[in-house]
Amino acid sequence: MALVTGELDANLGGTGENVLSVTGLKKRFGSNEVLKGITFAARRGDVIAVLGASGSGKSTLLRCLNLLETPNEGRIVVHGEELALCQRPGGYRKPKDCRQVDRARARLSMVFQQFNLWSHMTVMQNVMEAPVHVLRLSKDEARARARRYLQKVGLGDKFDAYPAELSGGQQQRAAIARALAMEPEALLFDEPTSALDPELVGEVMRVLRALAEEGRTMIVVTHEMGFAREVSNRVIFLHQGVIEEDGPPDEVFTQAKSERFRQFMASRLV
Amino acid sequence: MDWLWELIGQQAQAGCMAVQGGFVGLMGEGDAIAGNFCRLMAGAWLTVKLTLISLVIGFALAVPVALARLSRNPLLNWPAVAYTFYFRGTPLLVQLFLLYYGSGQFSPELRELGLWRGMFREAYFCALLTLTLNTAAYTAEILRGAMLGVPAGEVEAARAYGMSGVKLYRRIVFPKAMRIALPAYSNETVFLFQSTSLVSLVTLLDLMGVARDVISSTFRTFETLIFAGLVYLAISFLIFSIFKRVEQHLMRHLKGAGGGEGQSAAGGTKA
Repeated sequence: MALVTGELDANLGGTGENVLSVTGLKKRFGSNEVLKGITFAARRGDVIAVLGASGSGKSTLLRCLNLLETPNEGRIVVHGEELALCQRPGGYRKPKDCRQVDRARARLSMVFQQFNLWSHMTVMQNVMEAPVHVLRLSKDEARARARRYLQKVGLGDKFDAYPAELSGGQQQRAAIARALAMEPEALLFDEPTSALDPELVGEVMRVLRALAEEGRTMIVVTHEMGFAREVSNRVIFLHQGVIEEDGPPDEVFTQAKSERFRQFMASRLV
Repeated sequence: MDWLWELIGQQAQAGCMAVQGGFVGLMGEGDAIAGNFCRLMAGAWLTVKLTLISLVIGFALAVPVALARLSRNPLLNWPAVAYTFYFRGTPLLVQLFLLYYGSGQFSPELRELGLWRGMFREAYFCALLTLTLNTAAYTAEILRGAMLGVPAGEVEAARAYGMSGVKLYRRIVFPKAMRIALPAYSNETVFLFQSTSLVSLVTLLDLMGVARDVISSTFRTFETLIFAGLVYLAISFLIFSIFKRVEQHLMRHLKGAGGGEGQSAAGGTKA
């Protein structure tokens, strides 16, 4: 897969079928419309960087993908399966089938800005938890997976540590191992380095870069321009709930059509 | 269960008699405490028994009540609110008298329902029921607060990994809530233990009941109450140390917390 992406991703993004697609996604909080009709699809192997100023709706978009927020309008298809939502009075919707939602969520692992590790469990237990209790793997299998992914993120010596004993960077890497242990169709990252001290950002970005190079499907909400420019194969720029730019990074960064994106870039680079 | 209590009772009685013999030998025949040592210990045992049973059943009741309290469904929420409001809002003594003396007024009806003999007629039953319902109400409030205190991010992470409903509660919310509830719950346990002394007012011979009995037959008020107080103190101490142990075990995940600077320094040298 990695071989194929190398050649095609300049123009086409990832290859193969759509892992995740959304059509006409709208989300309101009260009278405030945060997402105003978002349409995009992530193909297998895509690494999509979602950029935008704060308040542009990028985190909300990510949280709609696994229905942590229920969109008011629009369709979400995960791995060929449309998430069924039923209409409620007052323009409010809720999932029709909670099992389907759980299933979809198990396919889309999320990494949070604040890590959100389960603080009463060790790192190893954190990584084993969902594989054992959601995917119903045996404990031995889950432990083997956990060991593999913790080593991969460089926490091979921290199996029995509790989250409170780790630095922010280590906690985020543990959270990434937890996401990987689900062996998901796609990984969703919600500003994975925004809560970290500047000197800890590097260790997490290195892990993200390694994952991208393995050909994993990733949607990354981020402020790291370097990541968007060098690692992603597609950049989506959100502004006030609308996609203003969408394309491969070299195209978007050099010949952006949107004035707002140029302003956004200028404010970043100063 | 009854045969077990009985067996323990018999064994304790035998041991007790031997100790009492020793005390009487030491203090002389007329000493109020030495001469009634066995009865006082039997009273202390009833006190412990009432505490333990109402604590266990009360906790089992408190979990559904706390969940009902958190529910947005008024059919679940309202009864739970009314229940905790009554039991937290009125004195335990009123509740106890209401159940024991008050039920006497309805004895014909209760008899018809088969709830009289062996139940509402017995002071033990009424005391146990009152203590259980009372501690359940307080425990439910403690659990409710603890469940609200579970970090929203950790619950959200569990949801994002496909957990919901019972699984979410069993794996993430409850284990976390227990840890938050522990200090308040240890308080509740000690309060309950000490509140059991009220059952002496409905004829039960718990530690306080026996002490009152001993006082009225020996007129040694001061020594007897000091002794009873010391026994209460000793058992409270036991409860404190049990909770301390449990806390040390459950809170081991916090041992590295509190040193924000040390943490980031450690992280900086890594990687």
